[in-house]
Parts: sequence; structure tokens; C-alpha cells
Amino acid sequence: MNNENNTSKKNFLEIINKFKTGIGLLILVIVLSFLSPYFLTIPNVLNIIRQVSIIAIVSFGMTMVILTGGIDLSVGSMLAFSGAITAGMMVNSGLNVFLAILIGLAAGTALGFFNGLAVAKAKLPAFIVTLAMMTIARGFTLIYTDGRPISGFNETFRFFGAGYLGRIPIPVVIMFIFLIIIYILLKKTPLGRYIYAIGGNETATKLSGINTDKIKIAVYALNGFLASVSGIILTSRLNSAQPMSGEGYELDAIAAVVLGGTSLSGGSGTVIGTIVGALIIAVLNNGLNLLNVSSFYQLVAKGAVILLAVFLDRKSQQ
Amino acid sequence: MAKETVLEMKNITKTFPGVKALDKVNFSLKKGEVHALLGENGAGKSTLMKVLNGIHQRDEGEIIVKGESVKFENTKEAQNAGLAIIHQELELIPYLNVAENIFLGREDRNGIFINYQKLYQKTSEVLDMLGVDIDPKAKIKDLNIGSQQMVEIAKAVSQNADILVMDEPTSSLTNQEIDILFELIERLKQQEIAIVYISHRLEEVFEICDRVTVLRDGQFVDEVETSATNEDQLIKMMVGRTIEDRFPKMNFSPTEEILKVENLTVPKEIKNASFSLKKGEILGIAGLMGSGRTELAKAIFGVFKEKSGNIYFKGKKIEINSPADAINTGIYYLSEDRKEEGLVLGLSVANNISISVLKSMLKANTFINKSAETDLAEKYIEDLKIKTPSEKQLVKNLSGGNQQKVVISKLLSTKPEIVIFDEPTRGIDVGAKREIYNLMQELINEGVAVILISSELPEVLNLSNRVIVMHEKEIMGELDAAVADQESVMKLATGRRN
Repeated sequence: MNNENNTSKKNFLEIINKFKTGIGLLILVIVLSFLSPYFLTIPNVLNIIRQVSIIAIVSFGMTMVILTGGIDLSVGSMLAFSGAITAGMMVNSGLNVFLAILIGLAAGTALGFFNGLAVAKAKLPAFIVTLAMMTIARGFTLIYTDGRPISGFNETFRFFGAGYLGRIPIPVVIMFIFLIIIYILLKKTPLGRYIYAIGGNETATKLSGINTDKIKIAVYALNGFLASVSGIILTSRLNSAQPMSGEGYELDAIAAVVLGGTSLSGGSGTVIGTIVGALIIAVLNNGLNLLNVSSFYQLVAKGAVILLAVFLDRKSQQ
Repeated sequence: MAKETVLEMKNITKTFPGVKALDKVNFSLKKGEVHALLGENGAGKSTLMKVLNGIHQRDEGEIIVKGESVKFENTKEAQNAGLAIIHQELELIPYLNVAENIFLGREDRNGIFINYQKLYQKTSEVLDMLGVDIDPKAKIKDLNIGSQQMVEIAKAVSQNADILVMDEPTSSLTNQEIDILFELIERLKQQEIAIVYISHRLEEVFEICDRVTVLRDGQFVDEVETSATNEDQLIKMMVGRTIEDRFPKMNFSPTEEILKVENLTVPKEIKNASFSLKKGEILGIAGLMGSGRTELAKAIFGVFKEKSGNIYFKGKKIEINSPADAINTGIYYLSEDRKEEGLVLGLSVANNISISVLKSMLKANTFINKSAETDLAEKYIEDLKIKTPSEKQLVKNLSGGNQQKVVISKLLSTKPEIVIFDEPTRGIDVGAKREIYNLMQELINEGVAVILISSELPEVLNLSNRVIVMHEKEIMGELDAAVADQESVMKLATGRRN
């Protein structure tokens, strides 16, 4: 009897532990809805999700990179680069919207591919490779745009950032599509399994006959691709490709991944956790805005939440 | 006069979720005594030592250290009471030197600076007392594992530890290093230091231990004087049944040649290796640590990019540039280091078993077929008697022997034609060893060719039909296992051709 109680209590704790990020988000939402009557209204909720969508898409790629035990500091720069290329192709070269988007996506993916090549084949540390790429891609962007924003897009292109499907903003729709794709990729395909295996033990994975270099290159390239998707949405929404856009996104993306419970040493974590992590950051920002807290204090609050979350996660694992 | 008891553990019970890891276990230790703690993997040896050391808290029972009832909350408290554990994985800092490691955190100082003169002097004193000949200024990374272990012991002694726990101290030592370690243990005994000795090698127990305590399935089986028992009796106590011999009688049926290696050379690793392998035989590879046994296996398995020489598979020359190439050809290598190179500890039993064949069980050519994966895992859990609550259990929660069976399942799932076993029975218990030997017999019965690398000469000699011996990256010669003895192997292994 006593034993049974213990087991059910243990199961309960395990469930709490599993959904702790979600529970944290829920508590935050409940508290804020009492503090501000505007918080839990449909326009505000849609606003939050739209705000989160761009950083979330970047975070999905970051989740995969971190799962392999790597890191990518160049996402913000790759995002700006692909946005600028896409804008330039339309405005300066007069290309068709879809062709321009395709070229923008290819450009960002190529940069990610290069990151992967340097990490997997040249065996350089991911931190250094992507730190260098962060500067290089930002430099490329400034060279290409001559340091000036590119703007003046047609309605078709504006749709991706500013359009709606019913009441739902298009960036949110795109985010959900990628959430589902990455979720399935990680859970149901060999590539996903290999990503977890590499993060858990790369040598053992290689000796099991898996081409680990190929997987790592694919993950970094995919991360470049997802950063490009975000860059194009952001360009469309702002109706302008800013050469300095995406600065600091790498830190927001890493924060979302870590808040979502993915281990920085790789091997464990989920993309669902990441979206919840991204939402926590966005809800916190939004709530503090509504409460008229200065953005200076918001930065402090954001950092404190990240520290607290990681601390609690570490505690619960012991 | 009877020696004073320094440690007494009474009725220790420890329960983990779902398992009673220790059930009323007793253990006692006298001054200047070496006391062996024996048991199969999962018998509770490590748990008992973790309870002693304050890593785990006991549920019931009492621990008395030097007459005082204690309950250590952490390893620091245990250390202060004079307890030290020498782990299998050494815990030294590679880029610091011997002296810096021994007195880490306890350095003598001149103001804010370390007093190096005093540091080296004190280190020399400790090393001299132990009769260990190591330069205090040598960096740890430049020492071999045997010397590193001496440093670890010196560190414990310098902290005034008088109860030492040695966990498998000889598992990665050469025979020569083992002799030096045993001399050191003798000197420690003379200094009235008490030693708990955990090992799988029964010969060692008889060589240096005074008493033996045997655990089985978390329970205390018996405590005996070493002089009043023998190997068979101990094995019987450990496994609860008699094992006639340590090795089964193997039946070899060599047929046609499946693999031929010609002048295989890997810069710095292998020099001009040539040999052939037949279906249905077990080819042993013997040699001292560092002689190139593992590297030869890895070269065949495609681990090294730079290499020269020819490899023929079924008479056809092949190129193997990666483990993937080797596995596709039908060659599988079982690593000597299952935790670092064999398993993804954070993944489940099923996910580990299926990893090499995942691409052959897809739905719609894209998605992993979960039920096929589960079936595969269940088949091997049953076939190899892997002890696990389910195929979903994470591999890190399994005992060493069962982990090894998971790696072997992964290997078997690829239906290999050549299997290279590198130290397949290292650190696993007698019962599981026997099961692995039987499995090798089954493999050669099916016409698989097996290469067996082992540091244990009796294992190589009893399980192979031919043995090649390596010395300093080269193959020194080949022996017929039926007539070879340990002496003839050692002669070649130390570089003396007949």
C-alpha cells in the first residue's frame, strides 16, 4: 500500500518534471492575466505568437545543432544575409519573388553548409567556426547592401511577413509548419535518431556504421536554411532588409533551447520544449511591456529567468 | 594478536526505484588487511562502496569507522574520516604534474605563491615511502596508466587515508605494472593501511588478499579466509552454481578463406601486417598493451584514413574507408571500450540495438518502423538474456554485462560474416563471460569468422584455434593454439622470435 503510494507519487513527480517548462509558461500566463486585463485578449495573444515566430524558427535549427553537441553563433548574421540577398534580388536585380526567395534560402543554406563542413571535416570547434561565420556573414551583408537598408517590395512578398490566414498571421503559420516538420524529423526518421546518437556519443555512433560527418553537415546546413526562412519573413514584415538585423538572435535562440530543457552538451531535448522556451521569453517581454516596466529592467528579468530555469532543471536531475 | 577492526558495515540495505540493490549486507575490514569484495556485475559491490563513501545514503544498517558510528553525507566527510576510493577511471588533471596533482588544494604557500620547493620535497617523501619511482615534476599526461594509478594512491596516502578502496585497479594494467602495484600494496599493508580490493580476476585475489567477501544479487553470501578457499568455490558462491571450467571446449570448423590482409600499414599505428582468416575459425590476437592489437582491428574496420596495403574479402580486393564501408561489407568490430565507443548511454536499449540497421526498417522509405525496432530489440533481449525491465530502458541504467550484450545485439543485427571482438569480457562477470563464449561458438558454427583480441592469455589460448602475437605495432608470429602455451606467447609478445 505504502509502496503503491510511493509509486504514484513518483509518477506524478515525473510527469511534473516532464512538463515543467510548460507548467512554468502556464503559471506565467495566469499571473500576467491577473496583473493586466489586456494580456489574455485575442489580439495580444496573436501579437505574442507573431513576435515569437521568427525567433522560434531560428531556435528549431539551433535545437538540432545543440542536440548534436554543437552550437551556432552565426544564425543572426545568416538571417540578415539571406534577407538582404532576397531583397536585393527583387529590388536591384528585378527577379521574380519566388526565385528571389529561393536564392535567399540557398545563400543562407550555403553558409550553414560551410559551417558544417568546417566542424565535421576540418574538426574545428563549432564555437570558433560559427563565431567566425557570424562576422563573415555580417560582413557579406554589409558589402552586399553597402550598409544601407533595401526596401520597396511588392504585395506578394509582403504577404509572407504581414499577411494573414483568417486571423492567423502568416509567420505563425510558417512557424507551425516547421515545428511539425522538425518534430517529425527528430522523432520519426533515422536522421533524427542519428542526431540524438551523435550528441550522446559520437564515436560509438560512427563505429556503428553511421556517416556522422554527413549528419553534422546536414544539421548545420538545415540550421542555415531555417535562419534564412526567418530572415526572409523578417524582411517581408519590416518591408525592409536591414543590414544589421538579427543581431543578438543567436543568444535568444540558445536561451529558448536551453529554457526548453535541451542539454547544452547534446543528446537530449525536444523541439516542443524549445517552442515553449521561446514563448516564455516572449510572454515575459510582452507582460512586462504591458505593465510599463522599462526595457532596461526587462533585460535583467530575462536573464534572471534563464538562470532560474537552468538552475531548477539541474536540481530536478539530481 | 588479532588486528584491530577499522571498518564495520552491518545489515546495510539500500533500495533504488524497483530494485533492492543491497539487502542486509555485512562487511568488515581490519588494519593492514587486503579484503577482496567479489560478486558478479550488479551484485552490489559498487553500491556498497558508494554507501560507504557517502555518495548514496543507506536505508538501514550501521557503519562503524574506527569505533565510531558514522553516516557520511558526502565524499568530503568520508575523506576526512580517512577513506579514499581509487576509481577505475582515474581522476587526475593531465596537464598538471605529479606533485601538483597529489597536493591539489593543499599546497604550501609563500604568501600568495605556491612554495614549489616544499611541494616537490613533500611529494618525494610520499613517493619514497611508497617505494614508487616517479618524477614529481612529470606531467600526468606523459605517464602510463600504471604510474597514474600510483600517483592516485600516493595522493590518497598523503591525505592520511588509512582505508583504501581499489575498484578494478588492474583492469587496464600490463602484467609488469600489476607486479609493481602488488609490491606497493604489500608496503601499504605494512603501514597498517586497510584495503578493500574489488576485482574480477580471481588469480589476483589469491595472490594478495587476506579475506574475501562475496555478494550476490545484493545479498551477503559469505566471508572466508583466502587460504581456506579456492577458485571453484568462490565462483560457485558468486554465481550460485558451479561452472566446471572457466572456458568451454570449442569446436572449430575452418573452411575457405574469407579475409586476407597484406602489408597493412598505418603510420605510427601498424607496420606491415599480413594474415588470413577462415570462415568458422577464431583467430586470437595477443600482445601487450600498446602492441597494436586494437589498432590492427580498427585499421581493418576503416577507422584510419591514412593507410597502405591490401585487404581481400572472399578473394576480391576491397577498399574500406569508414566503419560504414566495413559494416556494409559484413565486418563488425566490437570495441574494447563499450562506454566510450560502443554505446549511446542516454538512448534506450532498443535504440542502441537498432542503430546500425535503422535504414533497413523504414516505413514509406522515410520513417522509422517503431514496431519492427521493438521486435528486433525484444528478440535479442530474449536470445541473449539481457536483464532489463523493458526495451525502453536507458542503456546507462544497465549493468556492465548487460550493456555488453546490448552492443553484441547491435553487432548481430547486421548479420556480419566477420566479427572482431576486442576484449569482449573485460569487466564483466563470470556468468556473462560464459554466455559470450557460447555465443562465439554459435557464430563459428554458422560459418562466421571471428577475431578475438584479449589481454587475458588463457582466454586467447582456450578460445582460438590460431593465435597471432603482436609486439610494437608488428605481427611477430603465429602459433597453433592447441600446442601454444602462455610462455611461448609471452616470448613473442616481448619481441623475441623463436
